[in-house]
Amino acid sequence: MPRPGFVLDVDRSTPPMLFWHGERFSLERLPADRSRVIYPAEPLPGLADPDAAVRRALLEPLDMEPLPELLRPDMKLTICFDDASLSLPKMRRPDSRQRIIEAVLEMAAEAGVDDVHIIAALGLHRRMHDYELRHVLGDRIFDAFHPSGALYQHDAEDHENLTVLGETDHGEILEINRRVAESDLVVYANVNQVAMDGGWKSLVTGVASYRCLSHHHNPESLQNTRSLMDRHHSALHHSIWRMGAVLRDNGPKVFQVESTINNDAFPSPFDFLSKREWEWTGRDRATFLATSKVLDRTPRRLARRVFHSIEAPYAMTSVQAGFTETVHERTLEHVHAQHIVPVEGQTDILTMGIPFISPYNPESIMNPVLVMCMGLGYLFNMYRGQPLVREGGVVIMTHPTTREFHPVHHPSYIDFFDEVLADTTDPAEMSTRWERKYAEDEWYRHLYRTGNAYHGVHPFYAWYWGAHGQQWAGRVIIVGGDPATVRRLGFTPASTMDDAFELASEVVGRSPTITHLHVPSVLVADVH
Amino acid sequence: MRALSVQRSVPRFGAARLISTVSARSATRVGPLTLGEIDDPDQPGPGWERIDTVLSGICGSDLALADGRASAYFEDWVSFPFVPGHEVVGRRDDGSRVVIEPVLGHAARGAVPPSPEAAPADGDDYRHLVTGPLEPGIQTGFCNSTGGGWAPWFWAHESQLHAVPDELSDEAAVLVEPLAGGVHAAFSVRDALRRADLLERGPLVVGVLGAGTMGLATVAALRAHVPEADVVVGARYPHQFAIARALGAAEVVRSGDLAAAIRRRTGSHVIGRHLSSGAHCLVDAVGSSDSIAESISMTRPRGRVVLLGMPADISLDMTPLWHRETELRGCYTYGTEILDDGTAARTFSLAIDLALSSGAERLLSATYPIERHVDALAHAAEAGRRGAVKIAFDLRRGN
Repeated sequence: MPRPGFVLDVDRSTPPMLFWHGERFSLERLPADRSRVIYPAEPLPGLADPDAAVRRALLEPLDMEPLPELLRPDMKLTICFDDASLSLPKMRRPDSRQRIIEAVLEMAAEAGVDDVHIIAALGLHRRMHDYELRHVLGDRIFDAFHPSGALYQHDAEDHENLTVLGETDHGEILEINRRVAESDLVVYANVNQVAMDGGWKSLVTGVASYRCLSHHHNPESLQNTRSLMDRHHSALHHSIWRMGAVLRDNGPKVFQVESTINNDAFPSPFDFLSKREWEWTGRDRATFLATSKVLDRTPRRLARRVFHSIEAPYAMTSVQAGFTETVHERTLEHVHAQHIVPVEGQTDILTMGIPFISPYNPESIMNPVLVMCMGLGYLFNMYRGQPLVREGGVVIMTHPTTREFHPVHHPSYIDFFDEVLADTTDPAEMSTRWERKYAEDEWYRHLYRTGNAYHGVHPFYAWYWGAHGQQWAGRVIIVGGDPATVRRLGFTPASTMDDAFELASEVVGRSPTITHLHVPSVLVADVH
Repeated sequence: MRALSVQRSVPRFGAARLISTVSARSATRVGPLTLGEIDDPDQPGPGWERIDTVLSGICGSDLALADGRASAYFEDWVSFPFVPGHEVVGRRDDGSRVVIEPVLGHAARGAVPPSPEAAPADGDDYRHLVTGPLEPGIQTGFCNSTGGGWAPWFWAHESQLHAVPDELSDEAAVLVEPLAGGVHAAFSVRDALRRADLLERGPLVVGVLGAGTMGLATVAALRAHVPEADVVVGARYPHQFAIARALGAAEVVRSGDLAAAIRRRTGSHVIGRHLSSGAHCLVDAVGSSDSIAESISMTRPRGRVVLLGMPADISLDMTPLWHRETELRGCYTYGTEILDDGTAARTFSLAIDLALSSGAERLLSATYPIERHVDALAHAAEAGRRGAVKIAFDLRRGN
């Protein structure tokens, strides 16, 4: 039986804690008697026969007819799926999406459906490389659909192929992919790694236009999203659910298939990353030392390649299909079963190691803007109830934070860093002064549509993602980051963790309480 | 008199060129520039006045001569030995202050000017620069007959003299000559924009690559004379960023990021190493192979690149220039500028106005007596790295 997540109170016998530092690690000793470490739960057991579970979900859906009853020969069937931002790291083949889509295609074939399109629901993310599509969907689907053009990626700038389905009572316009809108049935194949994903968000963001996304991907929504992992207290999700109602009432029939995965993120020899430090065996310690030494001597580019080549041994823990809202509630139960860790109260400081990867740099570079997004956006938001750090407290991250960008994937991020952050780090100000220019930049459009670049506006969204954390924290410190780059982000650089605590003392006093969020492995702190 | 002078010495030029890559100070020591007693030059003729040097700046072209990097082109246009120094503020016999427009034009050489109002650098025939009563020399500071500013005094023709207003300090006045170069570049930009009928069709983007003295002078001049354009500057050192901003640049970025900044402002695409479009006009204040290639790459097709920095031998793939039909326009000194209303103005007069309005003193970083010429030239050669802009010799009494 896997052990649940728990909170360790640090005492003098507690060993140093593992912190990610980009493509490297460090061990940091936390002050005794006023620090605590939140550990994620151990991986839940996977389904014994995931393919059978998928088939059963399609045949026994929630609040909808079984999938075969929705299929007919003359119909337009569109299958959408989550893009390369999920899962992190990428899961070993076969990916859950492959299992789902293969099962759907089998039933479609049995029903004689000919008009099938498969669309990567990437929103404003970068287009997936062919090898990524092949990894997610498997060779059979890729080879059968890609050459004929029936497997393709959503294009939020292809205005001829976008259509407006309606408007919410808040004036939010739902504009989505025309093929999706005009389909008789849309099946969505989801892999749910965190509670933020899934539900109406799958289609309402994945196949939407910039105009549509800007209704909820904005500073005001994100500052009132508390948290991203708690959709009932998230302005972002409220807006998306309103749009979902428009989609439900005016759009195509949607058959949502959601799957969940466990916490088994790292294979050997990196499996020590998921273990609790005081339980490390001699072999784990030796592996850590050897790995750290090797990484210290390895050029960062090579280390990055090694880490991005990792394939996680994730196991599917559930799969459910049917009406989106019912399905998603069931999905959340499974996600929470893996992720929720009860925590009592807040502390003055929250520490976190920033890893090599975030949802926006698969196979790519964790650039400084994404460091902010990962720290204040994703990791800060890993809570329900209230943040792990008190309002006005200090967030300390560890990451090298160099001014390094992937020129193909993140061209607008480079300009965002050089131009926008030189002007302001305030999300509202940058939204007013700069966002439209980047969103409408023809070159960014061209690269998004024809290359593998994130949309021109995407660095703004990445920045807005951290807006709540930015507003909440009294100071943000990055340990081991390039000082000039860290300052450009509006944060404070520190050379060591002790220096960071010293700097933090100016804000939270000499004996602050500290919470360390132990990543990797996802957890959501249920803070009372 | 005791002065700095440049001798024609092939071994010294060669040694300086060799050593300059290692040490500007050592290059100066072994180079063709020497400090010593020279014969007082004879008065060239009527209309020439003795000018006592107050301050005389050190220009990139002076440095190129001192360390042997100057183009062989100049060998036929200068006369040895000569006293350098063409950026000069000085005093006439009556004590009034003047700045020198150093080009030795038609009037100074007794030739017929191309028009009655012509400035010394005007015209389309340079024969007068090597003929007539003076030894060859494109400017004061490169001519054996006149002397130059790196000496206690020299001869200047009345056509070269511009009175310095009382409110202009010596430290600002010595910047008038480089500012005039910037004004001339700015009018070259304005001319290109006007010819392309772009002045009324903003927003306009003008790039300036390089933020040494000439780059900064151009920024100031563009703000004054091309106010329709946003000036984007590629700089290298922190003080250059600060001064460029203070002089009115809309944006200052690292030189290597100038193309990205221009791309953002113009909405261009990036095709390989070139922008699909680019700045409406660009001033290259560096003058190297790389800077010219980069300037062409970030200037829109059929746009103008104003070559302000003095180049020497360069290697350049001209295909982009051919394909983009880029106009590569040299920008030497100054002369007469045509204003929008069709009237003419002397560049130097406009530069004096600019020196008054732009706070030109901030560009003068240090002065040296000529006895410390080795230190002065080393400082000037490393000005950017040492946080400086313009270095000058101070020949006021007591220095």
